[in-house]
Amino acid sequence: MDETTKVRPTSVELGDLDTLEAESMFIIREVAAEFEHPVMLFSGGKDSVLMLQLARKAFAPAPVPFPIMHVDTGHNFPEVIDFRDKVVAEYGLRLEVASVQDLIDRGIIKVGHELESRNRHQTRALLDAIKDGGFDAVFGGGRRDEDKARAKERVLSFRDKFGQWDPKNQRPELWRLYNGRHRKGEHIRVFPISDWTELDVWRYLSREQIELPSIYFAHDREVVDNEGLLMAVNEYFPLPEGAESHVEMVRYRTVGDATLTGAVPSRATDYESVIEETSVSRITERGATRGDDRFSEAAMEDRKREGYF
Amino acid sequence: MAEMLRIATAGSVDDGKSTLIGRLLHDTKAIFEDQLEAIERTSEKRGDEQTDLALLTDGLRAEREQGITIDVAYRYFATPKRKFVIADTPGHIQYTRNMVTGASTANLALLLIDARKGVLEQTRRHALLSSMLGVPHLVLCVNKMDLVDYSRQVYDEIREEFTQFAAKLDITDLSFVPISALAGDNVVEGSANMPWFHGQPLLGHLEDVHIASDRNLVDNRFPVQYVIRPQSAENRDYRGFAGSVAGGIFKQGDEVMVMPSRKASKIAAIDTPDGPVEQAYPPMAVTLRLEDEVDISRGDMICRPQNQPTVNRRFDARICWFDETSHLRTDIPYQLKHTTRWVAAEIEKLHYQLDVDTLHADREATTLEVNDIGRVTIETASPLFFDTYRLNRTTGSFILVDPGTDLTVAAGMIIGAGGDPVTEEATAVTTTKPVAENITFHPSKLTREARAAALGATGATIWMTGLSGSGKSTIATAIEHTLVSAGRPAFMLDGDNLRHGLNSNLGFSEEDRNENVRRVGEVAKILAESGTVAIASLVSPYRAERDRVRAIHEEAGIPFFEVFVDTSLEECERRDPKGLYAKARAGEITDLTGVGAPYEAPTTPDLVTAPDLEEAVRQVLGLLP
Repeated sequence: MDETTKVRPTSVELGDLDTLEAESMFIIREVAAEFEHPVMLFSGGKDSVLMLQLARKAFAPAPVPFPIMHVDTGHNFPEVIDFRDKVVAEYGLRLEVASVQDLIDRGIIKVGHELESRNRHQTRALLDAIKDGGFDAVFGGGRRDEDKARAKERVLSFRDKFGQWDPKNQRPELWRLYNGRHRKGEHIRVFPISDWTELDVWRYLSREQIELPSIYFAHDREVVDNEGLLMAVNEYFPLPEGAESHVEMVRYRTVGDATLTGAVPSRATDYESVIEETSVSRITERGATRGDDRFSEAAMEDRKREGYF
Repeated sequence: MAEMLRIATAGSVDDGKSTLIGRLLHDTKAIFEDQLEAIERTSEKRGDEQTDLALLTDGLRAEREQGITIDVAYRYFATPKRKFVIADTPGHIQYTRNMVTGASTANLALLLIDARKGVLEQTRRHALLSSMLGVPHLVLCVNKMDLVDYSRQVYDEIREEFTQFAAKLDITDLSFVPISALAGDNVVEGSANMPWFHGQPLLGHLEDVHIASDRNLVDNRFPVQYVIRPQSAENRDYRGFAGSVAGGIFKQGDEVMVMPSRKASKIAAIDTPDGPVEQAYPPMAVTLRLEDEVDISRGDMICRPQNQPTVNRRFDARICWFDETSHLRTDIPYQLKHTTRWVAAEIEKLHYQLDVDTLHADREATTLEVNDIGRVTIETASPLFFDTYRLNRTTGSFILVDPGTDLTVAAGMIIGAGGDPVTEEATAVTTTKPVAENITFHPSKLTREARAAALGATGATIWMTGLSGSGKSTIATAIEHTLVSAGRPAFMLDGDNLRHGLNSNLGFSEEDRNENVRRVGEVAKILAESGTVAIASLVSPYRAERDRVRAIHEEAGIPFFEVFVDTSLEECERRDPKGLYAKARAGEITDLTGVGAPYEAPTTPDLVTAPDLEEAVRQVLGLLP
């Protein structure tokens, strides 16, 4: 018997990452089939990279049948914007940009000063873009392990015409029978990677060898310790008076508004070492890196109620 | 390869569920330091004496402030063996709605009992819901063992009491673990305090429980979700049917049939984004390509020509009402979602409301409200392609949506086709055919005469039917004894005994009773064919099922004798050897034959006998060749 005719034992068990992948693909296909104008949020962060990858898989060999949307605070890491544009070109996607700066310029959003956090303003920009684009389903890369409010959100989550979430009045969600019915002006937020943990995301991206913005891997950067967060010193975060910056090897665990996203010290320059660090990390990714979630236990819930992703 | 296990937990406020989950998360390092610090701060602010681990799962502001859980929360942890997803549902308010939601996708249900309090109404209720939702594995944690001095006796009593209750439910795998979530006994590590317990600690059990065969890998079902037709030049002719496998194993080259058009074709390829694969099984998401051009759209179902789902516009189902703002109405249309289809549907009839505490069926009920469960007949605008929920949780489930509010008002589990006689006949025909494929009958080279000559005996089947407590088993035992003492091979097939093994996955619904009879009939036939006198002692209440057993015997040329043990209901109830009638009258059992379920006496039995033992044995023996 030669190599090629050898009978291989065929397994009918699916591993955890393959199960997650299959479940996410099911959700994405379901929404593409039932909604008229879906759109997928894309920040260039690892979760949105994962989500986009799953969408490409769901419709292969056809292209992804909906556009992607970047909610742009104007306070970006240049590496992330470069990455975004590269992905759009490579995959032949249509990109919508919901620009906070644009709303500021038009006088719709008032800001105190140029460098204050624009995190909260993203909600306005997002809701306006959803309305203007007539989108009825908006895919977001939220995961239930990220935050306690997110742990209670449905996979298909209803938003009223003001974009608001009512956590106490959510539709029951059983089996895989998703109910995305809604009226004109209302929309549904869709979270296809709800059941993935941070470690799952890293293991999958590594397995599939998917490219990420370079800031996710350890690199030398000028940083300053700011109230426990390691902030990159740049145009969005000038060195506070009296503080001293230093160059340190760091990476980012999340990608958000550059005025409040911190880095973590790291030696992990490739997937393997990131996974190793992630498996032993004792602090959540948001706790370690996001100024926005450290204000109160309910910070995320409050923002989500208003329409945040 | 690590698998994923979905767990639904339920428990009351004080039985330590949150502590247990907290401990599992903590000991598997799924809790982060900043999460712990955050809940420590909140506990302190609220003035709690110690850090309340429940805060880890109570995510919403209202929950934290009021110290209650109002919704299903999902928690995640992993060991090198498995990834776990816990759907944590509150035990007190909205329990049914939330528990049903969590259990709908669960592989395993985890129930907690406070060792000091024993089996409570709520424990029974949660076990019933788990069994109804078809959760294949149930683990009962007897918690707070530290507060009963780790007493084996306390544990054994609870175990015994629950096992007895569970026998009435449809639970295939039941396990018990005595634990102390607070002290950590038998949660992650074994317990030195309970050396008498030889089972695995909870986590080990969760890691090892075998779930791969819980899926239906026999009945091929593929609901088409999305048709992929790239417009690009290089893929101009590509036409793929994307979806997730709901049952069976699809292989390249398989003959398939498409519902509802019943067009046949073959699988040309099973595509995944990472290239074609040889086979696809649940829950894989794949794209099937067929050899022929068949018109297929979303909502169609691909199956095998010899193994089709039931196609019907009417069916019976158990439904659970979810909506607080409305109640079940038979005079308005709903939207029903089943697999990947939406159809208009009407609830034709509410048969009864089930009391989840007493299992009593209230046939006077006129509607269902939030958290109510009942049995209904539903009619849809176009036919559904379905299986019973028992057979397939994906093709046997549906939701109802109120088109006026767009809210999901109910969830349903299909019991079977509706009372349409044409369909019933069709179903009856298909169920007698083998559902698995590639089965050929291998006739033996031995004739029955050759066997009989070798054994010096001829086999036959004696089928004893009658009410529970009529004396069937007593007579059967005596016959078996008499025959074997006389040197003639005989074997008794007792209904109750077989329910511990061969039929341990069957309950007492009409469908299950029929399957029970069918299996015992087949086993009796094999025994009789081998030269043994098979003595089946079964209530077997339905005439049609007994006739079917007779038919398979006659077809094979094996002697078959139907013996009706004609003891009156009053007499059976007076004797009540198993205490079943007492329970039925108390409402604890709803489907006891003669009380809550029908008994169809034989019209042409081979023998009618009374419970007088000697006389009955003599009469029965007289039948045998």
